[in-house]
Amino acid sequence: MDLSYSTEYERFRAEVRAFLEEHWTEADRNSSPPPDGAAALMGAVVRSDDRATAFRLKAIERGYLYRHIPKTYGGGEQPYDPLKSTIIAEEFRRAKAPGEVFGQGPSMLAPTLVEHGTEAQKQFFIRDTLLGTLRWCQGYSEPGSGSDLASLRTRAELDGDFWVVNGQKIWTSNAIDADWMFALVRTEPEAPKHDGISYLLIDMKTPGLEVRPLRQMTGESDFSEVFLDNVRVPKQNLVGPRGKGWIVSRSTLKHERALIGGSFLTRRTFDGVVMMAQAAQLRGQPAIKHPHIRQRLVELESRLLASEYTGYRLLTMQARGEEQGLAGMVMKLFTTQLGYDVSQTAMNVLGDRGALARGDLNTPDMGMFSYAYMWALGVLIAGGTANIQRNIIAERGLGMPRDAASKR
Amino acid sequence: MDFGLSEDQLLLKDTIKRFLAERCPTTRVRQIMESDGAPERGLWRELAELGVAGVTVPAVHGGLERELLDLALVAEELGYAATPGPFIGAAMATVALVEGGDAALQQRWLPAMASGDALVTVAWGEEHGEWSPERLQTTASGNRLRGRKLMVPNALAADAIIVAARDASRPGLWIVERDAVGTDIQALAVNDLTRRLDSVTFSETPAVPLPGGAAALQRVFDAGLILVGADAYGGSRRCLEMASSYALTREQFGQVIGAFQAVKHQLANLAADLEPSLALVWYAAHAFDRIVDQSTRHAAIVKAHMADLYDRITRDTTELHGGIGFTWEFDLHLWFRRAIFDRSFLGEASYHRERAAELAGW
Repeated sequence: MDLSYSTEYERFRAEVRAFLEEHWTEADRNSSPPPDGAAALMGAVVRSDDRATAFRLKAIERGYLYRHIPKTYGGGEQPYDPLKSTIIAEEFRRAKAPGEVFGQGPSMLAPTLVEHGTEAQKQFFIRDTLLGTLRWCQGYSEPGSGSDLASLRTRAELDGDFWVVNGQKIWTSNAIDADWMFALVRTEPEAPKHDGISYLLIDMKTPGLEVRPLRQMTGESDFSEVFLDNVRVPKQNLVGPRGKGWIVSRSTLKHERALIGGSFLTRRTFDGVVMMAQAAQLRGQPAIKHPHIRQRLVELESRLLASEYTGYRLLTMQARGEEQGLAGMVMKLFTTQLGYDVSQTAMNVLGDRGALARGDLNTPDMGMFSYAYMWALGVLIAGGTANIQRNIIAERGLGMPRDAASKR
Repeated sequence: MDFGLSEDQLLLKDTIKRFLAERCPTTRVRQIMESDGAPERGLWRELAELGVAGVTVPAVHGGLERELLDLALVAEELGYAATPGPFIGAAMATVALVEGGDAALQQRWLPAMASGDALVTVAWGEEHGEWSPERLQTTASGNRLRGRKLMVPNALAADAIIVAARDASRPGLWIVERDAVGTDIQALAVNDLTRRLDSVTFSETPAVPLPGGAAALQRVFDAGLILVGADAYGGSRRCLEMASSYALTREQFGQVIGAFQAVKHQLANLAADLEPSLALVWYAAHAFDRIVDQSTRHAAIVKAHMADLYDRITRDTTELHGGIGFTWEFDLHLWFRRAIFDRSFLGEASYHRERAAELAGW
């Protein structure tokens, strides 16, 4: 049990820091206004401007970013070393430097292409995806197929050299800004459910494809519906064999859950709630002096520490080459519930001022926590709802049998 | 950066686990529960042979000279097996002597404790739920103790008792030997029959001060909190296993009850809360050993968190078993009762959460 890094790794950390000091300066940090929206709430540095791109290219060249992607496709290509990846992430965060581009393209699509794509697809898509100059959205969920994704009905039929796609996707994050969509479509209607699906890359500018923004609970439209009306997609845009799309997509879903289940932004939110509770008055004294708030904050902090320390434990298991098992399986549920509970406690600290929205000056937090409170609910649902997580934990983690009545 | 157990630690944990599975099944636990205490010493000696009584005792005194983390791993396995015995009092007493005793006291007691020949315990809590050193009413005047202690583990069986008390200037630790004049020990009726508690009343009882007692006080208390947390983890782990196993065997309405989503979700919720707590217990023990300025606050947090979790898990596990879970004959209540001990001993969860809030300067 040793929380310190060895000399080798401390030397590596010093190298990373020196690189950052040289290539991402205060001037760079201030050269663009702070970001807004969901990604910013997640703490990501969301820039893809020229300065950020130039920096990323250097960082990739040094092997700091996209270590799991081959150099020939624009990645950093480094030997697997979760400790180094952790050090890099920590140092980039500290320096507020652009890390891997935040989005489904770099985190999900790129690794999928590396694993299943043709050489042409890899050469065409990966590099620009990693730099954020080619933006992606995920065409998975449909109005009738959410938790039961494999029941999806968007059809693709082969007509000569083209797949003709008809159907509708929903909850497509950032579709408005996306250049391309990676989509799951049904190509084998006679085959059993999971075997009838294919993974297709669709140019968002293709005639017949319409994006309609979907207004979410918080008021903005970070998601869209995508309508596909005889959209013709070149057959070379199929990833993996036809009918094997479900298997191709499995790796991306695992990445998505890992993306959402981290704890560092919950730590920031929690620390923010504590600071607010210390500063804000609630009926004659700082909110943090109220016993119910003190108790609740310690309860939440206990769970947060459990989450952070489990992060160390999982990192160690990765470094040791051990299976993460149940410990890894529960983290999305654990951290998203915690995130929601932290936001809810913020509402308690705010007292009646939780009723006020973003931007109102009568709040101690510019109304940010009530906004985060709503978002926290979305996070519980996205990427696999809490109830789906519970099914997975019970079935795959604890050995419970599947529901006999349902058609999985 | 390696947040995991060493080979030695895994071996120690596994050795104790296998020993208990073989030599301390619930039949033996029940035998001891229903006896007056003698078989407990037998089991304690067997555990001492494996090093359990001397994990943190220096090698020069016959111990394994390991750290609290190792002891916490042992505590976890003892909790998993609902092991009857004087472990918690003995472990806290060991910390008191190692960190607060002088050479003479250490020489006198540690080797005998490590071998299981001598049993030493701690007397700390008082009436009205009082565990805070600043508010203790037991006094030491001219090294004579006066006061009443509640919740003393195994005082009737102990060869010596280490007492938290206050003299004219500050709180500290004193050691009282068996049959000391003015000591009145009464057995308490307890819910957890695997870990007996007694009351001890001191009337001008002669006692020997631990020279480093004042400094060791917090350490003894923190060690106790962490070990209770580890016990709670082990017991919770056992309950989740029992619940999962029952859900896979009990059939109702034409299927095993584990196929019902409500049951699956109950189990999943327990697993999702239990699994991450292991790292919290490890970290707290590690802080006690190596990051001392974080130790006291983490100990408070761990105790509160794990006590609440154990409470919830034993409740849900019992409910999940239906009527059979409520019988004396079924083993489940052994852990339910141990959860009662863990939530109570050294003070309840909200007390420790308030301490954690204060320690953070909130």
